[in-house]
Parts: sequence; structure tokens; C-alpha cells
Amino acid sequence: MSWQIFLPYLLVMALVTYLIRMLPLTLMRRQIKSRFVRSFLGYVPYAVLTAMTIPDILYSTGYTAGGVPDGLITACVGLAAASAAAWMKKGLLTVAIVASLAVAAAQAVLMYI
Amino acid sequence: MNANFRRGLRDGIPIGLGYLSVAFAFGIQAVSMGLTPLQALLISMTNVTSAGQLAGITLIGAGASLMEMGLTQLTINLRYALMSLSLSQKLDGSMHTLQRLIFSFCNTDEIFAVASSVKSRVGKYYLYGLMVFPYVGWASGTFIGSAAGTLLPAFVRTALGIAIYGMFLAIIIPPMRSQKPVRTVVILAGLMSILLRYVPGLRSIPAGYAIILCAVVASTVGALLFPVEDAQEAQDDGEKKGDEEP
Repeated sequence: MSWQIFLPYLLVMALVTYLIRMLPLTLMRRQIKSRFVRSFLGYVPYAVLTAMTIPDILYSTGYTAGGVPDGLITACVGLAAASAAAWMKKGLLTVAIVASLAVAAAQAVLMYI
Repeated sequence: MNANFRRGLRDGIPIGLGYLSVAFAFGIQAVSMGLTPLQALLISMTNVTSAGQLAGITLIGAGASLMEMGLTQLTINLRYALMSLSLSQKLDGSMHTLQRLIFSFCNTDEIFAVASSVKSRVGKYYLYGLMVFPYVGWASGTFIGSAAGTLLPAFVRTALGIAIYGMFLAIIIPPMRSQKPVRTVVILAGLMSILLRYVPGLRSIPAGYAIILCAVVASTVGALLFPVEDAQEAQDDGEKKGDEEP
């Protein structure tokens, strides 16, 4: 791709993305007084993460709708293992590794069935 | 090394590992769209966002107008405004304008999530530490993927794909055990997300909007049913409430 075509795209992408992140973080300098808004913002992280995890996690190991179900099976194994580790209050890195190892193990099993 | 910086570095490791694999996939895709490895790397180093970048290279490949590019990025990435607003309530006194300008650059879904899950307020050392591995992982993953995408065995790439979500679960699930407000918000957001994904009609809502919709509705219900009691963050308050439960 020629740089003459690429650079304007790059500039627009980077600028828009940065401004969206930067403006609220930089302009909002005081603690919000409204009890409702404070409660709302406190719950946002959990809601956002849940919406990004469910159901996307099922498609994170190569499964596509209508395709071979192997990816779906390994994803479910990974989901179960990660949920169990998280339930036991393991740390972020531990749970991430458990999820990946469970998927790897499930793949190995599927390969030899 | 500053203890908070080190703590941030450590918390950033799982994000960095996850990013490495996701960025790897992005790199492969960028090259297939006609970009050079250097161009793919530049996108990752200046944008630091998965969904927005993926849409971006698709638009570049399709020769879209700059206006369309700008509007698409705005739509997909608007959720960051909500996250930045939420995080603005959690920053300590060390975060002056310059520090905010620097950190904003790297306020990704995952970094936001981890920073939000810290019990106390967060300051510049922790946040700078937290940015390091994700940024390096995202940039290097993109470059490696675009330059040598086929060298890593497929099963390793596949197994790494779930790492990011495992980390999300590690943040969501523990507070669900003890805090009814968090439990309610998570279940509601999860149900909505499923509806928005699979129900015909709702399915056509772009992913960026769907996340915002889930977050706004679930958090509004949470705030109405379980308003925080004092000047603390909702998480802290939920913690207290949860402890009172049998």
C-alpha cells in the first residue's frame, strides 16, 4: 500500500481513537456528586467485560458459526477451566494460563480421538 | 523500582500475552489486505485497539473515504469514552494533565478492566507499569504476525486466543461470588449480549454499539437497584454489602 494513501487513513484512525479516550479522562477532574452516576460508573467495568466475554469467548479458539465444532468444544473446555480457576479467586495471569492450557489439552485430546 | 510500577508491570503480563496472540492475528490479516509489516506495526502503535483496527484495515482495503473511516472508528470505539469517564473517578492525585494525556493513549478494554479491579485509587506509577507489557505485546505481536505469520504452530495460536477472555473471567467472577449487585449487573449484561448477538434484527447492531447498550442498560439497572451508600466507588461498596451476606 502506498504511503500517500495509507498515511491519511492512519492519521484519522489514530486521532479519532485517541480523542475518544483522552477527552473524558482529561476533562473530568472532579469527583462526581450524583449518587446514581457514581453507582452507574462503578458497575460499568463489570457490564462492559461481560458483554465482551459473552458469547465471544466461544469463538476465541477458531470456531465460526456453521464450521467444524472442534473450536467450540475447546472453547467450552477453556471457559469451564477458567471459570473454575476464577471462582477459586486465582490471579489474572493464572486464570489466563489455565484457560490456554485447557484449550491446548482439549485440542490434543480431539486430535487423537 | 517503584513498588506500584512493579505491581502494574506484573498485572500487565497476562494482557500482554493475550495481546501478543490477538495482534499476531491482526498482523496476518493486515498483510492480506495489502499493507506492509511496517504499516501494520504503525497502526498498532498509534491505535492500540483490536476491533477498531480490524475495521480500519477492512476500510483501507475497500478504499473507503476518510469520513467513513472517522465515523466507523467513532462508533466502534465510543465505548472507550464510557470507560475513560468511569476510570476518571478512580485516579489519584498523581494523575495531572500530562499523565492523563499519556495514559489515555493506552486505555484499552483490558487495561481499563484491570485498573478498575484494583481496590484502591490508582496513580501514575501503577498505570505506567500496567501499560508496558500490553503495548509491547500488541506492537511486537502485530509485527511478528505480519512479517512471519505462518511460523507459529496453529495449535499454539488457537490456545492463546482464549487468554484474554480467561483474564476477563478472573475479574468478573470473584466479585460475583460475594456481591449481589455485581452478580445482577453481570447476569443482565450477559443476557443482553446474547440477545444482541443471536436474535434476528438485533443482530444487525454493530458490535461497538452492542457493548455500549449492554453496559448502559445493565449499569443503569444496577445503579437503580443498588445505589452506592457513601463517597466510595461502587465496587468498594458492593464489597461491603457482600460481606454482610450470609
